[in-house]
Amino acid sequence: MTTTATDKPRQLSASQLARRRRMAAWKRTWGQFRRHRSGMLGLVILVFFVAVALLAPLIASSSGLDVTKANGPVLAPPSSDYVLGTDENGRSVLTLLIWGARVSLFVGLLATLISMVIGTLVGLISGYFGGWVGRITFRLTEWFLTIPFLPLAIVMSTVLGRGLFNIVIVIGVTSWPGTALLIRSQTLSIRERAYVERAQAIGAGRWHQLGRHVLPNVMPMVFANTTLTVAIAILTETTLSFLGLGDPTRVSWGTMLNGAYEAGAITTGCWWYVVPPGVCVVLVVLAFTLIGQALEEVLNPRLRARR
Amino acid sequence: MTLAAADPGLVTAESEPEVRPRRRGYASYVGLKVLGSIGSLFFMLVVNFFLFRVLPGDPAHTLGRGRLSTEAQVEAFNKTYGLQQPVWQQFLTFLHNTFTGQLGISVQYRLPVSQLIADRMVPTILLVGTSTILATVIGVYLGIRGAWGRGSRFDKVTTGTSLTLYAMPEWWLGLLLIAALGVGFWIFPGVFPTGGLHSPDVDPNSLKGVLDTTWHLVLPVTTLTLAYLADYSLIMRSSLLDELGEDYLQTARAKGLRDIQVRNRHAVRNALLPTTTIVALNIGFVVSGAITVETVFSIPGLGLLATDAIQVPDFWVLQGTFLVASAGVIFANLIANLLYGLLDPRVRT
Amino acid sequence: MSTSELLEMRDVHVTYRTSEGELPAVRGVDLTVRRGQIVGVAGESGCGKSTLASTVLRLQAANAMVSGEVLFDGQDVLTMRWGDLRAVRWVGASIVFQGALHSLNPVHRIGAQIAEPIQVHAPGLAEGRVRERIESLLEQVGLDPARARSYPHQLSGGQKQRVMIAMALACDPQLVVADEPTTALDVMVQAQVLGVLSGLVRERGLGMMMISHDLSVLGDLCDRITVMYAGRVVEEGPAEQIFADPLHPYSAALSAAFPRVGDPSARFAPSGLPGDPPLPWDLPGGCTFAPRCPRAAEVCLPAEPVLTSYGEGRAAACVRIGQPDETQHHGSPGEVAS
Repeated sequence: MTTTATDKPRQLSASQLARRRRMAAWKRTWGQFRRHRSGMLGLVILVFFVAVALLAPLIASSSGLDVTKANGPVLAPPSSDYVLGTDENGRSVLTLLIWGARVSLFVGLLATLISMVIGTLVGLISGYFGGWVGRITFRLTEWFLTIPFLPLAIVMSTVLGRGLFNIVIVIGVTSWPGTALLIRSQTLSIRERAYVERAQAIGAGRWHQLGRHVLPNVMPMVFANTTLTVAIAILTETTLSFLGLGDPTRVSWGTMLNGAYEAGAITTGCWWYVVPPGVCVVLVVLAFTLIGQALEEVLNPRLRARR
Repeated sequence: MTLAAADPGLVTAESEPEVRPRRRGYASYVGLKVLGSIGSLFFMLVVNFFLFRVLPGDPAHTLGRGRLSTEAQVEAFNKTYGLQQPVWQQFLTFLHNTFTGQLGISVQYRLPVSQLIADRMVPTILLVGTSTILATVIGVYLGIRGAWGRGSRFDKVTTGTSLTLYAMPEWWLGLLLIAALGVGFWIFPGVFPTGGLHSPDVDPNSLKGVLDTTWHLVLPVTTLTLAYLADYSLIMRSSLLDELGEDYLQTARAKGLRDIQVRNRHAVRNALLPTTTIVALNIGFVVSGAITVETVFSIPGLGLLATDAIQVPDFWVLQGTFLVASAGVIFANLIANLLYGLLDPRVRT
Repeated sequence: MSTSELLEMRDVHVTYRTSEGELPAVRGVDLTVRRGQIVGVAGESGCGKSTLASTVLRLQAANAMVSGEVLFDGQDVLTMRWGDLRAVRWVGASIVFQGALHSLNPVHRIGAQIAEPIQVHAPGLAEGRVRERIESLLEQVGLDPARARSYPHQLSGGQKQRVMIAMALACDPQLVVADEPTTALDVMVQAQVLGVLSGLVRERGLGMMMISHDLSVLGDLCDRITVMYAGRVVEEGPAEQIFADPLHPYSAALSAAFPRVGDPSARFAPSGLPGDPPLPWDLPGGCTFAPRCPRAAEVCLPAEPVLTSYGEGRAAACVRIGQPDETQHHGSPGEVAS
């Protein structure tokens, strides 16, 4: 209020103004997010796991993953040599855990990317276009939503075969409808706002309007939704791998649990092989969930009262 | 109270254009929803058809993986399944077969898939039904109490626990329970059976057999209940929290209602609406839970049937269980929608 | 029952505690409503008038800190026990909320919602009597008694607002607080609803506190008007005088603003008044209205002006009253601000 006299209004183009406003909005979001305790807790956990995943080659040599080179005792409890014990092939569980973080996070993020792209596209189209285009895409989304997720994923990965990218594709292709519905409702509400109407009156093309006005405004919600989708994607990867549909050549937390189950670690009481991978999954999924919820609360004023 | 008509403003008041209630009625709402479900069902069949026949490129290879070696065998196979016909005709055949219950023969069991499914249905319904009812009741209760006293210790503890359970693969929770309470740990002996539906030496049709089955179901039902419960309590909590800002709650408070009356008469009733919708949308995850928990606890239900079929792979069984799971979800969705219509007068009238 | 002061607010402060800090919404307001008197509270949205109204029945949000006294019939609502408070709610004073659209519960029938306070406060009343009462209330607000069986979504905005009025009168209160009772309605319906409301209040000799951003509406219906700006009273006096001859520049701007049909923005921003009302977490020093005031001068900046009496029953908080306008060369405040 006191600086208004010095702040001479320069002539800014509409897009410059819009970009400035958006930058300010992101800054404000971060400011509010920083004060969100559970959101920050999630971020700290996530940063830890991302660091472990990125630094895996420095922390634990990848030769520890090779079954043929493993020389430790079989299913040995934690000791000074093997902090978290060994698996049925004599590999260090800790090494597997560190390298598993890479695969789990990679699959989670990449699958989410696919799901976000499909979901956002379908959501934008069904929300922005009226008439039969909108109606058909909406119906399609609803129908996809009723297909049970895990059976579809099981069937698809059985049909496609095992492999890291197949898992990514399966999760990506089966998890987009929720995102699409969210984006659709956001788009519907934004479409009614003044600046979109104005753009329409000026005669801007539909795709231009979508890209320039609608998309930037749904982006924050897409962002919040992304983190929640990553959580689901990681859970799905773990479950599919546990069911034996994972990539047999790579170690993820899910394939570790599959190995533990197959090796009878549950009945023989080898907790060090069963508990750590599960705890890691819980922590990472929890981290993404907490961040996503915090973002939703920060971005959606209606939810802010929930704190 | 005889003063009303005196004021001329009151007489003109009714002249204001009136919103005539559109009498669509519950019946037509039901009709619309049933029609929608039929649409979903049809879409599901199309997906199913394409998944198993078109996507793999070479159905003879996929469906009879490893078993058809010679050209003649492949040809015979294609002829049996009508795979040389145009796609639309294949689809009609597929529809006909599906509706007449011809779901193929299991490679693994050498039995018709429809018979396998019928045999395996009961344990799944028992497991999923019990868990869903328990989880709904407890979850909704926890959600209500948490949201109404938001920020309280009760709220923090239940929300924290629910979020953790939500982040947990339900089968991993099952594994932990098996290890802790089935196998036993440290100085504690295992109490519960580690898997199966009944002990081998007990007649499942006797009273002893029923008790035995109940005993076997304790751990899997606990696992699934905890998994579902997390979801339901979080949904109910957030629905009720959304409701808390509503103006009509302020009206109710202003009227002098007790806090508990405001909650039960106004907030909860309205919060159940979005909860019903979201629960309906999430029914798919009930199916996932059933699949993995049955696998972990070796319960001879549809889920175990499907996961056993993965390694073979037994495509006809996979397709059959997929069909049943999808149809189940669509049906459950329809029920939830009809329930929603009963709860919300805006839909009914 | 002996005093004629039905509602007396003394030095009421309301501050919201938020994650961004403390937001003062109401800052030391005095207000009196006598029996049979209609008192208007005017101001733009965000000036604290709705917050003020919520304190009458202690309905303020959980994160609001309230100080001062809100005496209803001589008893302080803010400190009374829960049991007494519940007895005051709706029987002593009732509220016609703004936006009946959302103030009625969508899943309950109209009749049940009107009956609810009657059943709460007179639990022994026979069901038939309650039904009769609902029907007569609906008739009084000009609605078909058969409407009792309708759901809110089956009614128009004006009808819903009249249901709210019927509901507010259900327990024969002594005071009715009307919080922007016609915000969501178009002008024709607005006039009808206001006619019904003020007619019933006058006939029964009730006290009423009527909150609106529209000074012209208040000028017609009220006996006295209090004008609020940024959480404080800036002017107070008899309705017709405030409307016709405002002392404070802000009241003048409000009374100059005529609502234009079909233009929602005109209802919230008085015409001829540049800028927005100050944000509660960023109040300007000195007179809070100075940054938008056409008569602002150096004397406005040092301290916030206090409410000072100007003739009988009139008061305003502006140091420039009676001073000549020597700052003409400053031009319009819009240019000053830029």
